[in-house]
Amino acid sequence: MSERRFAEVSRDSVKLMAESAGLELGDEVAALLAEDVCYRLREAAQSSAQFMRHAKRKKLTVDDFNKALRWSNVEAICGYGAQDAMLFRSVKEGELFFVEDRDINLIELALATNIPKGCAETMVRANVAYLDGKGNVGPQGTVPAAVQSLSDDLLKYYQQITRAILGEDPHLMKVALQDLQSNSKIAALLPYFVYVISGVKSVSHDLEQLNRLLHMVKSLVQNPYLYLGSYVRSLVSSVMYCILEPLAASINPLNDHWTLRDYAALLLSHIFWTHGDLVSGLYRQILLSLQKVLSDPVRPLCSHYGAVVGLHALGWKAVERVLFPHLPAYWANLQAVLDDYSVSNAQVKADGHKVYGAILVAVERLLKMKALSLPQPAEGCSSSQPGCLAGPMGYRVSSPGLSPPPEPLAEAGLGIASHLQAGGAGCQWEEWSPVPLPAMYSELYSFFGDSLAVRFSTEQSFGGFSPCTPSHFRETRKEPLGHVSNPDTTRKMPQLTANLNISPRQDGSPRTDPPPPSLAATGSVRSLARSSMQRSRASSSRSGQRSIGLSRDVFPKARFTSPHSGPPTFSFVIGGRQMGRRCQGRRPFQTIFVPTPPPPVVLPRVYTHKLPVIGRVCKPLRRWTRSHYSLHLPL
Amino acid sequence: NESAPQESESNQIVSCSKIHIPSNHLGGFNRSNANDGRLLSSSPGAGTGGTATGNNKPAPGPPEEQQTLLAVLQFLKKSKLAESAEILRREAGLPEDALDPKGTDASGSGPGLAAGSGQVDGVDASSLLSRVTVSSSAAAQAPKKAAAGEDQPDVSVVLSAYSQQGDPSLYDAYYSGLKRFIESVLDCHRAELSQLFYPLFVHMYLELVYNNNESVAKAFFEKFSGDQECYYEQDLRILSSLTKKEHMKGNETLLDFRTSKFVLRISRDSYQLLKRHLQERQNNQIWNIIQEHLYIDIFDGMPRSKSQIDAMSGSLAGEARREANKAKVFYGLLKEPEIELPLDDEDEEAENEEGKPKKKKPKKDSMGSKSKKQDPNAPLQTRIPLPELKDSDKLDKIMYMKESTKRIRLGSDNLPSICFYTFLNAYQGLTAVDVTDDSSLIAGGFADSTVRVWSVTPKKLRKVKSAADLNLIDKESDDVLERIMDEKTASELKILYGHSGPVYGISFSPDRNYLLSSSEDGTIRLWSLQTFTCLVGYKGHNYPVWDTQFSPYGYYFVSGGHDRVARLWATDHYQPLRIFAGHLADITCTRFHPNSNYVATGSSDRTIRLWDVLNGNCVRIFTGHKGPIHALAFSPNGKFLASGATDGRVLLWDIGHGLMVGELKGHTDTIYSLRFSRDGEILASGSMDNTVRLWDAMKAFDDLETDDFTAATGHIHLQDNSQELLLGTYMTKSTPVLHLHFTRRNLLLAAGAYNP
Repeated sequence: MSERRFAEVSRDSVKLMAESAGLELGDEVAALLAEDVCYRLREAAQSSAQFMRHAKRKKLTVDDFNKALRWSNVEAICGYGAQDAMLFRSVKEGELFFVEDRDINLIELALATNIPKGCAETMVRANVAYLDGKGNVGPQGTVPAAVQSLSDDLLKYYQQITRAILGEDPHLMKVALQDLQSNSKIAALLPYFVYVISGVKSVSHDLEQLNRLLHMVKSLVQNPYLYLGSYVRSLVSSVMYCILEPLAASINPLNDHWTLRDYAALLLSHIFWTHGDLVSGLYRQILLSLQKVLSDPVRPLCSHYGAVVGLHALGWKAVERVLFPHLPAYWANLQAVLDDYSVSNAQVKADGHKVYGAILVAVERLLKMKALSLPQPAEGCSSSQPGCLAGPMGYRVSSPGLSPPPEPLAEAGLGIASHLQAGGAGCQWEEWSPVPLPAMYSELYSFFGDSLAVRFSTEQSFGGFSPCTPSHFRETRKEPLGHVSNPDTTRKMPQLTANLNISPRQDGSPRTDPPPPSLAATGSVRSLARSSMQRSRASSSRSGQRSIGLSRDVFPKARFTSPHSGPPTFSFVIGGRQMGRRCQGRRPFQTIFVPTPPPPVVLPRVYTHKLPVIGRVCKPLRRWTRSHYSLHLPL
Repeated sequence: NESAPQESESNQIVSCSKIHIPSNHLGGFNRSNANDGRLLSSSPGAGTGGTATGNNKPAPGPPEEQQTLLAVLQFLKKSKLAESAEILRREAGLPEDALDPKGTDASGSGPGLAAGSGQVDGVDASSLLSRVTVSSSAAAQAPKKAAAGEDQPDVSVVLSAYSQQGDPSLYDAYYSGLKRFIESVLDCHRAELSQLFYPLFVHMYLELVYNNNESVAKAFFEKFSGDQECYYEQDLRILSSLTKKEHMKGNETLLDFRTSKFVLRISRDSYQLLKRHLQERQNNQIWNIIQEHLYIDIFDGMPRSKSQIDAMSGSLAGEARREANKAKVFYGLLKEPEIELPLDDEDEEAENEEGKPKKKKPKKDSMGSKSKKQDPNAPLQTRIPLPELKDSDKLDKIMYMKESTKRIRLGSDNLPSICFYTFLNAYQGLTAVDVTDDSSLIAGGFADSTVRVWSVTPKKLRKVKSAADLNLIDKESDDVLERIMDEKTASELKILYGHSGPVYGISFSPDRNYLLSSSEDGTIRLWSLQTFTCLVGYKGHNYPVWDTQFSPYGYYFVSGGHDRVARLWATDHYQPLRIFAGHLADITCTRFHPNSNYVATGSSDRTIRLWDVLNGNCVRIFTGHKGPIHALAFSPNGKFLASGATDGRVLLWDIGHGLMVGELKGHTDTIYSLRFSRDGEILASGSMDNTVRLWDAMKAFDDLETDDFTAATGHIHLQDNSQELLLGTYMTKSTPVLHLHFTRRNLLLAAGAYNP
């Protein structure tokens, strides 16, 4: 027969069995017996299937088979009643197969101290599975609600995790967050965690706790096994709270709530870009609430700051849609704050500067992306341009900053792809009338003056990206602008233009200073950007040198040269350059700060924070020390 | 291995078979002498003993000569040469009724056995077995001889056929010849004639096996088994494992096949075509089998299409004969007893409920009971005696009416909510579930022989106090019913111990006082839900009892099991009142008609039968399922029946017309539960595939066009509208759905055991 329908018992097997029983069988008899055995086995199997069917099972058990045997007057087989599958083993030599049957030491068993728990009692649980034939309470096809309701283990897990995250031990927290990020079995706990996170409102005085809760959000968001579903909304509102609310913690200027806001903004963009599709209209809602805060003059500056970084984190489109149109109105308020040199205003003014910086960064990127989206980068060097954008975003969230919202990139763009998408998509999603780049530029220039110009052009030229377009454009634009706009406008923020003095400073150390590390890293040595920031910093000097010439061309535009050096106490390392020694960057800030009463303590720490704050927006906290300067390089 | 039958049962049988046999007789002409034939055969057998032994050996001598004569006589009769036949008969001195010679032992014992195995089965098992073995050996040889002779014009060929016993090597040629022929006929006939393939194949194979032509049989099987319809796969598998004559003895499936006639419905045109072909080719082997083992139900009119045929075929013994479904069925509902909502005049009502047709109550039922007027299709109220309503029953009826006023009207746009009762920690041991009509109790039958009853309301289960304690209570007090309960025993769960095998079927009595359980140990037990003890063990089935159910009016219950008979019992009789025999394989599920006058049984032979409780007749045979039937449900109006099987399909039947009226495809595994909503708008089906599906029953039944022609011919044409009728598919959580129940307010309860 070509195909064998059944397993067959061979003649040899029968003979062997007979021998073991002390019988000698002839071939013919054995063959007959073998055939009969096969038939009887099949018969028994068929009738045992009937018992299985009536027991409403899919699995044929030994019991079923024994019942079939019993009803055909055959003795039942004992000893195979185990629930688990039998181990079927083979011996290579001799082609022997057998069921593993271990000896059990009854004495050991009897004296064992770990008495197994009895089987749980059979019980009936009722649960409403479907209401009116539609809404199913609880997801389909998973474990039943009775099982799903928190088991003791889960409860314990929940307690331990929350305790660890909110507790003192940073190491423990780290472990807990790590687990939260990768544990596949905590779906049932999600609502509880979300609830805990919504507790941000009650701990707004405690930056540390807020931070930890945000970490928790991040872990949950990053957990690939969790389906956040509608909980996204709740998470977003918690995060938004951290971004926008005038937290109790921010009353004390010593508290670095700015970082928290930056982090929260980052998280917001992350949530949005990875889970934004779970809740419809989320983008619009976020934008609306950000806009509301921004347009509310009563809100403290820190809220405004949050709104700006939030917008920035959501991408340049968001900035263009919300921040840019709103800027003129907002500017007046900010201007007033910044122009008030009274001592009592010092704190507010410092906050104002933060906002200013944040706006500047946001606007800058807006311009840059705008410029980028218009002329499609043709040259190969274009990669350097996106590089400088993606560079700071080693983080996988980073892409949001680039691409327009409606098409969240699955995996944040690393390099070219994301850039292309960003560029390509830039043109698609315009339903409001976009301000043409020149107009935008001139308007922004009227606010920011040269500080904007420098950044803008610097980056462009640095990137080697179509040097002619932007810089030409800038040149042609700027000249008339400079004349047209009244001097007052341009001079509105004299202190800020001061950051131009970076370039003079570079003159001081021409070899080492010039290129922003990230630019260097992102430019030609893209791959280095993430993995070896440290090295890139070191190498930056060299790679940067190529572009120095270019940048020099631009820098001369600067009107300010730093007249005096800052206080020696202020030192920080930017990208491994030795600029700290000279520390002339941002002097205007300092000049303001030094005379103001705020305690000197503020200076080194707060300031270091401040700088990053402006440019850090799309960088992860953990990369803080390494990469946050990337956007600042023009400084 | 079977115990002797009880006296009364055999008596029952006799009455049953009397009813039954005539219907068998309506068929083939050579059938008519079935019983007489057997009598006859013993006389030429020269009293050598048993019925068949005499003719069993084709030894030379008087018996054989006589056989030849009989064969010739048979031929003459067939050729309508009545006079010659008469002359021959007279000359040969044969008795008047010996017109069907081969009936002597071959077909004679065949149909005789059919009746026997069908109706006597499980009663006198040992004696039956002996008869079966004897007769099957006789049946196998004789038919062939007779077969060869039957239509052969040349007498010499008849004689040679005796000695040759049919050439096994020719079987192949016969079959493929027929196959070629059928493939070459017109399309309209091909579908019909293709029905022949399977039964012919089986019989030819069995004959080969029987004659010890093992290798030929195997080759035959190999060659042609692939041609058979896929729904016969299960049987083919059994068949293929059978290659020895010795094995045939014990194989029940094959016994059924040999002893019952496979029923085919073929249009007259197609049949003529076939007949002509076989006669031209002198393909006697085939013709003989057709005569011997098939019952061809010839109808006039258009041949049926393939889909029409496929819809109806699939059962173990072919389709139902048309006559089988002609009996009148009173499918209407009984008149509900009129109970006034105010409880004052209960006595009067009680009288009323007796069902005496004389009284016409002037006062109208305030609840607007459905059956105000006597339904013309309803049986007489007194057709079968029904228990009187007790006071508590009336209270319950009132509760029921109150509840039904709050009932949700379901429909395709208003689906029921589903509440799932999950049995946890059942360790794959849950085998049956039932819920009381008022949804207050749920019971589970388990593989560990226990029956567990849970209260799903806050009201705990309490036992009645012991006799000694009962003496102490004040019997005059108003709350005596409350006082007799032992508060100490209150618990959510009661476990009933008593069976010695898995409990496969359970059923609550309508008044919630009793619970029935049927088990693998062959018994049905009646439990009291007052004392939570076993009251009666009903013994009668000697094999596992797969299902049992209380009548909707209580008192009666039906059971069915491995012994292929369903029994009707009354709780106060330890012996069955009726035995319903006829299924060719296990009875897997049993259901009472809402009017309690009929019982439906589903079987492993893939048919559903409807039995009349009054006289034990089989009044409907429904074929069409392609697998054992595991779920049955009557529609609340009693007109329709739904059935679910292992093939994952739900079929809908019109009881009155005896027609299949719908096919609901969707489930991917065995359907274990079916239930209509209280008003019959929705059919819910629960399956092993972990889903509950809801079907638009209204639409399914409304769209029917049961014109007279369809009703008369039984040719159904089903449109494939399962998808339109499917209202929803609801996943459970790894839980096969074993039971479905609509509460009185139309909330759907489903139950099953969580199988992680």
